[in-house]
Amino acid sequence: MAVIAEPVVKPVPRFRFILDRREVLETILVAPAILYVLLLVGLPLLLAVYYSLSAYTIYNPTWKFVGLANFEQILQNPTFLDTLRNTFIFTFGSQLLGLVLGKFGAFLLLQPFPGRKIVRALIILPFAVPVALATIAWQWMFDSLYSVINWTMIAAGILTRDEAPNWLGNPYLAMLCIVIINAWRFFPFAIVIFLAGITAVPQDVIDAATVDGAGFWRRNYQIILPMILPIVAIGLIFGIVFTFTDLSIVFLLTMGGPGGATSVLGFAGFQTGIVSGDVAHGAAISLFMLPVLLVVVIFMLRFIRRREI
Amino acid sequence: MAAVLTRDIVKRFGEINAVNGISLRVPDGEFMVLLGPSGCGKTTFLRIICGLEQQTSGDLLIGGNVVNDIPPRARGVAMMFQSYGLYPHYTVRNNIAFPLHTQRVPREEIQKKVEWASQLLGIGHLLDRRPRQLSGGERQRVALARALVREPTALLLDEPLSNLDAKLRSSARQEIKNFQQRVRLTTIYVTHDQVEAMGMGDRIAVIDHGRIRQVGTPTEIYEDPADLFVATFVGAPPMNIVTNGGGYLGFRPENFLPRDMIAEDAATEFSFRVDRSEYLGSERIVYGVMDGFDSKQPITAKLPPAHVAEGSIRPGEWHPFAVKNSALRHYDTNGNRSSHH
Repeated sequence: MAVIAEPVVKPVPRFRFILDRREVLETILVAPAILYVLLLVGLPLLLAVYYSLSAYTIYNPTWKFVGLANFEQILQNPTFLDTLRNTFIFTFGSQLLGLVLGKFGAFLLLQPFPGRKIVRALIILPFAVPVALATIAWQWMFDSLYSVINWTMIAAGILTRDEAPNWLGNPYLAMLCIVIINAWRFFPFAIVIFLAGITAVPQDVIDAATVDGAGFWRRNYQIILPMILPIVAIGLIFGIVFTFTDLSIVFLLTMGGPGGATSVLGFAGFQTGIVSGDVAHGAAISLFMLPVLLVVVIFMLRFIRRREI
Repeated sequence: MAAVLTRDIVKRFGEINAVNGISLRVPDGEFMVLLGPSGCGKTTFLRIICGLEQQTSGDLLIGGNVVNDIPPRARGVAMMFQSYGLYPHYTVRNNIAFPLHTQRVPREEIQKKVEWASQLLGIGHLLDRRPRQLSGGERQRVALARALVREPTALLLDEPLSNLDAKLRSSARQEIKNFQQRVRLTTIYVTHDQVEAMGMGDRIAVIDHGRIRQVGTPTEIYEDPADLFVATFVGAPPMNIVTNGGGYLGFRPENFLPRDMIAEDAATEFSFRVDRSEYLGSERIVYGVMDGFDSKQPITAKLPPAHVAEGSIRPGEWHPFAVKNSALRHYDTNGNRSSHH
């Protein structure tokens, strides 16, 4: 019998193939993400919870435990309830507007027309422009004196100079302004979500519905929309989470004004906790986001699971 | 139920004529198969009939009425798609009921009809499932039930069996055919599979490059192909075509036999050199060349396997073969059937 190879005599070092073991490699690869979440999300969250239960201010950095006293004081403040209400209006108003615009835009972009590719690329711009630049541009459009919108409407003869609205000076219009800006930022994302969803619906299903007698509206609302609902729900979760916690537009455009009409949770928490230095109350205000976001996320995830069955 | 009639239907996509003037009459209750290679325009033609595509020119009549400008939902035809197009978010019951909902049929009536259609196809026990919980064969039956539930004027099927495995396919073929015979519904069935076409069609329309090459019963299509395309598209292996003076001569492989196996005197003899043979169990396919005749493809002969097993046909040798004259088909230089044969 021919000898094919000498028998291996040298013992293989025990750790030589350690990275071939799935559980070891998995642990190593996932560790940075876990560390990141623990250190930069988990720890600050716990810290915020503790601050909210203490009397910590930057002038008196005490760790004295005060129980739920901060929350009680906040809830008794009528301005805070307005802030809470504003946050909901801002979030759901802009998401709704964004979704409607997104669906509309997606349908337009599905139609073939010359230059469609360029438009598809351009439509993503509001999403890509830094929020500070975009908000400053909008500030000019809503300015009390130089408003481009008012100028256009006056020039078109729709309004007279006296009737021109003071966009950022009127509490309702100011809220409308931040809703519009946020919807404008969100709708390209909504378009992408809708486009991805709609193009994933098999053509056979849409054709079958057409032959089965469904017109445009029935096809959209009984076939396409239910089928893309899971992906739209995911998009909406992101939208709600980001908007609910957002303070940049309010901070840059209205500073919560006029008279607290556009103050939202993130902005109020920032003003109280950082600007005024009352860290304990600021943390307590911010923590009001937590139950709301938790409910939204649980609701959405359950909804998605149900749809998939 | 109604007859479907098309007059010179043309469909142009940009520069390309997908459908190039198809005139076809499908009488009431007939099972018509549109057979052709992929890209021949048969599916486009079917989509024109149901209204998913608008023809560039030509007339379409369903039940004697011109329906050129009538939207799909008002044509009353049902269509079953290659991947069935079931609505994944609806239960089987709601899938079947959908065409009735769009017609605003009263609730009790819908319930009755869904029961009826599901009984007819034996899917009564699946009504509360969703499409993803069904097997391929069950999905197909649900799609068929959905197509039938509103008692369409005509049933259009676009390669409905191509998603099934081979075994299921032959039983589904039987099922669709039996079913069609029972309800006598005008049916137009698109396929590229000649076995489906031959086995199911009352008549077959062979289509190539957007044109009908021949319409006829399966026997007519097989026995007497109108041109070289039909001759070589239908049949496996296809008809042998050899150049013969100012035209072509065609004969089926099963008619090309050793001389001593042909009893008739009225036969034409050829000298055949066998190059290769394949044993397929029920038959033996022999490939070779014919002395004095040119052919683009190797000449094939389909022999009973026992014959070759005896060793009388050996590769590399010339053998006397023959075709009885009644089985010879003549084609002119353009590939069309010549009158004499």
